[in-house]
Amino acid sequence: MNGAQDMGGMHGFGPVVPEPNEPVFHAEWEKRAFALTLAMGMPGGWNIDQSRFARENRDPAEYLSMSYYQIWFAALEAMLKERALVAEDEIAAGHSLHQAKPVQRVLSPADVLKVLHRGGPTERNTNTTPAFKPGDKVRAKNINPLTHTRLPRYVRGRIGCIDRIIGFHVYPDSNATGAGEKPQWLYNVTFSGRELWGPDGDPTTKVSVDAWEPYLDPV
Amino acid sequence: MAHDHSHDHDHSELSETQLRVRALETVLTEKGYVDPAALDLLIETYEKKVGPRNGARVVARAWADPAYRARLFKDATPAIAELGYAGRQGEHIVALENTPKLHNMVVCTLCSCYPWPVLGLPPVWYKSAPYRSRAVADPRGVLADFGVNLPKDTEIHIWDSTSEIRYLVVPMRPAGTDGWSEERLASLVTRDSMIGTGLPKSPGDVR
Repeated sequence: MNGAQDMGGMHGFGPVVPEPNEPVFHAEWEKRAFALTLAMGMPGGWNIDQSRFARENRDPAEYLSMSYYQIWFAALEAMLKERALVAEDEIAAGHSLHQAKPVQRVLSPADVLKVLHRGGPTERNTNTTPAFKPGDKVRAKNINPLTHTRLPRYVRGRIGCIDRIIGFHVYPDSNATGAGEKPQWLYNVTFSGRELWGPDGDPTTKVSVDAWEPYLDPV
Repeated sequence: MAHDHSHDHDHSELSETQLRVRALETVLTEKGYVDPAALDLLIETYEKKVGPRNGARVVARAWADPAYRARLFKDATPAIAELGYAGRQGEHIVALENTPKLHNMVVCTLCSCYPWPVLGLPPVWYKSAPYRSRAVADPRGVLADFGVNLPKDTEIHIWDSTSEIRYLVVPMRPAGTDGWSEERLASLVTRDSMIGTGLPKSPGDVR
């Protein structure tokens, strides 16, 4: 979706302000919101692309006014309610009021490190061959789906070069809608600063994105 | 991100969030969906154990051991796993080599993708609108915000983390470090130098 999350090239946000000796978390609730989000992945049954869409799928003004963990927490609430795992009256009451739905698995303390160490690799096997090879010129498609996509607006319609075939990976545009992983070939595609930003671009810079085959047209 | 909020407003908004987070944790615990001890362990892991010291060890080894360096640039994920770092948000890692002619810098314009096993959780600025918006269009301006000014003929390569590939910048080894142990070398490697918004410390900084 063309939401506020797709920020590449926007103006007006001001300078980057690093915080010296920044703590990992800035408040107790951030820790809990972070851990709840990670722990609910298993019983919640959603995938990473559905989580990302739940975070970005909101009014741009709201998105920009929230801190990052507020966005995470809002997405967690939304996904729990969508799946009827939690209801608003329960959050208001601060207690469970309805019977729990059966869930596949709950994260136990004994499993935490194992689960983190395993992660969620997205590379899949295939017997297909990639359509593009390193050195090929490609144009990023001009697509504007209302649903989740990982093709940023600032490269759409622009011509880049295939630098590397990364592999055959889960396709977020499909996975985020619950329509399955539908893995696709994934490429590293590089664009010159001038191609992306015209005469305002810095000719000594280039930008790479990782782009799935359905995002690309041959040139 | 909102600059026009008064402090009072910020505080009341925060306490509201705080209450809601606490309420949701209670609900999820009562329903048996989460085990609070697992939450504590998740927090402890990312607050105390997983952080940029991991990445610094990887970089220091790449500086000290040419065979390791070759393995790291050929396929970073198994090379990094040799040091015990792997998993969530680092399932597929690519190492990027800085040279006198090329400087690499990593961003996630669409969210906050970051190589957790080697750098830990991202700092606020990495997730912020100023960084995500400007890194791809004005990298030299962003570097200036960090006090970094590269020679004009150094090419800057920005890597926008749009897939599950995570990028780790391997900065250039500072001069004057011949014969240093890996541990000593690691003390020069800053978090920002592995994102590409900073440079390693020089030997004089750590003496």
